[in-house]
Amino acid sequence: MAKQNPPALQIETFADHHVITQPNPLRKVLRRAAEKDLDDPVARAEKALAALSGEFKNWMAVESKRLAAAYAAILKNGFTDRACQELFRAAHDIKGDAATFGFPFAGDAAESLCRIIEHAPNLGAVPPQLIEHHVDAIEAIVEERTRLNTVTTASELSRKLRGVADEYLMQVNRDRPEHLEAILAPSLVPAG
Amino acid sequence: MFQIDFNKLRFLVCDDNPHMRRILRTLLHSFGTREVYESEDGATALEMYTHCVPDIVITDWSMPIFDGLELAQMIRQPESKGNPYAPIIMLTGHSEKRRVTVARDAGVTEFLAKPISAKGLYQRILNVVAHPRPFIKTKTYFGPDRRRNTNNTYIGPERRVGGEVEVMQQPSLLDKARSGV
Repeated sequence: MAKQNPPALQIETFADHHVITQPNPLRKVLRRAAEKDLDDPVARAEKALAALSGEFKNWMAVESKRLAAAYAAILKNGFTDRACQELFRAAHDIKGDAATFGFPFAGDAAESLCRIIEHAPNLGAVPPQLIEHHVDAIEAIVEERTRLNTVTTASELSRKLRGVADEYLMQVNRDRPEHLEAILAPSLVPAG
Repeated sequence: MFQIDFNKLRFLVCDDNPHMRRILRTLLHSFGTREVYESEDGATALEMYTHCVPDIVITDWSMPIFDGLELAQMIRQPESKGNPYAPIIMLTGHSEKRRVTVARDAGVTEFLAKPISAKGLYQRILNVVAHPRPFIKTKTYFGPDRRRNTNNTYIGPERRVGGEVEVMQQPSLLDKARSGV
């Protein structure tokens, strides 16, 4: 598909902008199919994802260990830019992946940690327990998932962490309206 | 009814997380795609973009050194040798509205907030294949038209200045190359 000739562009010029239209270069990958011949690529993909799900717990354990290692590096060497970026990326990956891997509450706790890293004016001044409790909670949620009652506990734990983190962030950002606005803005992702 | 022939599409996936790359590869292959190129950072992705000439780019935002936003900005260079028009789907853990705006202003075609789902990814791909938007070039922006809402109920000030319309037919890049321009 990508080897095709680029189609001719049509350019309309206005006073302060151009509108550039090209014939749809991907039109040829669209084909008409009778209803009886329609397959369901989404169902096929969901099935493939389900087949992969046996690996998710191990993947989640790897992600959680990466977060713990990033925090251990901070405890050892302090809040260097590089260490903070690694802590953020590790938490951010868990925020994005955890629900897909079947650990939605680990994702919620990771989101709360991401907000602290993004919006605290000085990470070094954040109460150490606040970060530590997030890291520990994520590890615990991942390790203890198979035990009874862990769903309720994980849900409650991530909810409380988010509450404490938000209270802290609102207090330290009371004179930083752009951060306050971001903290209070609703997420695009509907709550689980 | 329309269906996408995924086996004719070539994808470039850019994500520093190997697990997410595996998920994406699994989803795209099960949709029917054969060609999925992968990179773990923006710089490698840009190089692959030039060499592999993908039809669609799917990129994460947050990556070390050269992130997905910078990748989108580098692709959307109207004077570049590569194709500046390829659809870019930003797949990211960022889920705040202001991030969508920033991604949109960098020339991203579609935004998909994680957690990823087969349905969400399919819909974004269907959208860029079946409903491509024209590109807008201004002094400060080059990318897909940021106005998705085409109804006439907008009552704010018009921010684009109109004027005499001049339509220029451009030869394709291949024709240009053949004629030695």
